Amino acid sequence: MAMTLNDDQTMLRDSARDFMASEAPVTHFRKFRDMGCKDGFSHDLWKQFAEMGFTGILIPEADGGMGMGHIEAGIVLEEIGRNLSPSPFLSTSVAAVEALKLADKGMRERWFPGILAGETVIGLAIDEGVKHRPEKIACKAERSGNGFKLSGHKQFVLQGTSSDMLIVAARTAGAAGETDGLTLFAVEKGAAGMSMEAARLVDSAMAAHVTLDGIQVDADAVIGEVDGGWSVLGKLLDAGRVGAAAEMVGVGSGAMDMTFEYLKTRKQFDRVIGEFQALQHRAAHLYGEMEGARSIVLKAQSLMDDGHAKAELYVAAAKAKAGLACNLAVREGVQMHGGIGMTDEYDIGLYMKRDRSLNEFFGDAYYHADRVATMNGY
Amino acid sequence: MSELETFRAEARAWLEENCPPEMRTPVKGDEDVCWGGRNFKFQSEAQKLWMERCAAKGYTVPDWPKAYGGAGLSPQEAKVLRQEMAKLGCRSPLNSFGIWMLGPALLQFGTEEQKVHYLNQIARGEIRWCQGYSEPGSGSDLVSMQTYGEDKGDHWVVNGQKIWTSYADQADWIFCLVRTDKTNKYQGISFLLFDMETPGVSTKPIKLISGNSPFCETFFDNVVVPKHQIVGELNRGWDVAKYLLGHEREMISGMGGDGGVTSIGAAMKAVLAEEPVLRAQMALFDVDNLTFRAHGERFMDEWKTGKAHPAYSNLMKYVGTELNKKRNELVMSIGGSQALEWESERSNGGSKARNWLRTKANSIEGGTSEVMLNVVSKRILEMPGA
Repeated sequence: MAMTLNDDQTMLRDSARDFMASEAPVTHFRKFRDMGCKDGFSHDLWKQFAEMGFTGILIPEADGGMGMGHIEAGIVLEEIGRNLSPSPFLSTSVAAVEALKLADKGMRERWFPGILAGETVIGLAIDEGVKHRPEKIACKAERSGNGFKLSGHKQFVLQGTSSDMLIVAARTAGAAGETDGLTLFAVEKGAAGMSMEAARLVDSAMAAHVTLDGIQVDADAVIGEVDGGWSVLGKLLDAGRVGAAAEMVGVGSGAMDMTFEYLKTRKQFDRVIGEFQALQHRAAHLYGEMEGARSIVLKAQSLMDDGHAKAELYVAAAKAKAGLACNLAVREGVQMHGGIGMTDEYDIGLYMKRDRSLNEFFGDAYYHADRVATMNGY
Repeated sequence: MSELETFRAEARAWLEENCPPEMRTPVKGDEDVCWGGRNFKFQSEAQKLWMERCAAKGYTVPDWPKAYGGAGLSPQEAKVLRQEMAKLGCRSPLNSFGIWMLGPALLQFGTEEQKVHYLNQIARGEIRWCQGYSEPGSGSDLVSMQTYGEDKGDHWVVNGQKIWTSYADQADWIFCLVRTDKTNKYQGISFLLFDMETPGVSTKPIKLISGNSPFCETFFDNVVVPKHQIVGELNRGWDVAKYLLGHEREMISGMGGDGGVTSIGAAMKAVLAEEPVLRAQMALFDVDNLTFRAHGERFMDEWKTGKAHPAYSNLMKYVGTELNKKRNELVMSIGGSQALEWESERSNGGSKARNWLRTKANSIEGGTSEVMLNVVSKRILEMPGA
């Protein structure tokens, strides 16, 4: 495939760009932040996402969705990132849907209609420690009656308290550190034995600490195969990773554009500061980093859509590169804005906060660079 | 099967039949590179055969028109051919500044007569070209160049000096920027072609920190150049030069990936396992290397469909050359004391150290990194100021 957007993708980008800029710009984010919203996002906006067809972008056409791929999901995510639009899109419509696509018909029929309608929110109960280490999952799922009993602790479950269902990764066999023996479960809101503590994050998103205290689920709550959850989880995580990377391309681009605009208007020493070569060179370097990030994210999305054997490598590299580039964009952004960049009133700091969360979500740049090294054989 | 896949099968069959086994092994040093030209000594019969077979098929310049020695392939077909060559490990049949730089300029600015004459010579590897751009007083500020061609009716008489002329001592012809109007800085330069055997042309190799001498000083002492050997219009040579610099930057930007996407880390596993900080540096380099490959692929796809910014090759040149320097720093660190050896057989004549030193020029030649950043900043980002 050519590494350029085709006509349909360009149209999608234009409509996603117009939609986010008019319906969910940074002022929208500020409104929900300032009201201390317990969900951290607008349910009305989520419904509007559905009306635009965004929520079902990865859901197969046979299941009523748009049947599109990761390039298209990434196009929407980039605009979300550029506008800091708060929504359950990445967790629900990208990562969770990628796993549910591999589930049986009953499971798909149970969840896809609500996602398509913009009514259902799904949380990802994967991480157990402060860092993303899915291979170390210890949360237990013991056989019990007609199903399983889940116990353990999960954290960094974004929109957890707003979720209608949590995808819980737990161990049905083996020990922490082993990839065999994991199983994914769909655990519905309000299940007996589930308790949550919601925590507001630096970027005003809401993330839950979840305690699973012997939650009883039926056998049909299993997504994919018992003990074979690693491959489903891998799909879910890679979709989330490449999606987070695309969102970071948007966050970084938004921060970069805002900064370049500032360089062209702010005057000091009787000159527009963009005339200073010291700043010009840093700006050009940053542009190169962001362009690189955009390229490898597109490459990774395209390999995922093709089911290519190298997709996992490129997704890891894309998450790492997008994280490093976006992080550079927000750091340079705040620095080049000077004092005003430190104020809450100005938007650049909001981009810095969002970058920090997205970098951590689904594994940071160092974690993924390490995986690149391992996959490259050293 | 799509037309492109049919072409892929044909190209593969042709390569398998025609590329000698010796030409499917990795290039170790410059002695393995085929440059062609009047004085070129082929390293082996296989090298000669491979160049000649490709030339006959048009595969030394696959995407040039057939009338000029190419195979007339579409960009997609040329990409497929490159992919198939890479899969079989085929060496480049012919390296040439004629292919990379003069060719594109002639295709854009040359007369039909010039195209037929010079391009076919280039495609067949008959004439080896060098480039006369920089002068001792004109490096980054190239347009200040002084080499002068005095108008003598049907010819010019050229006097002056060029520097950093790659392989001038081995080249047959030179494409050269010559001032033909001293009163106009930008519109007073012409793009001339002449034989290096013309009386008055002399060269002197420059020994570099790598110990090698890929560049020369080139002197012109009353060199006679016939008027028909101009490319483009009189005094508009700067347009040709700028166009060509774009191609040079494209070419140099490709240097980031001598190793392509294949990580050099795996072969160095034992060293990296014992040095976690070095391994981490290598890992971050691999992220950048994969990124650069994807970036280059996207750039080429956008360039060919006219979507890329005209100044974008400057960015690729900056990113690619800085990456290649980083790569060679890592190669030296991983290689340890053995990589320091300068002459031993064990070190293949100091190839790691010499390559490492050679790469330091990547971000200087063809426009320094700093000039590239200036261009990106002003032309792409539209930053204000002079």
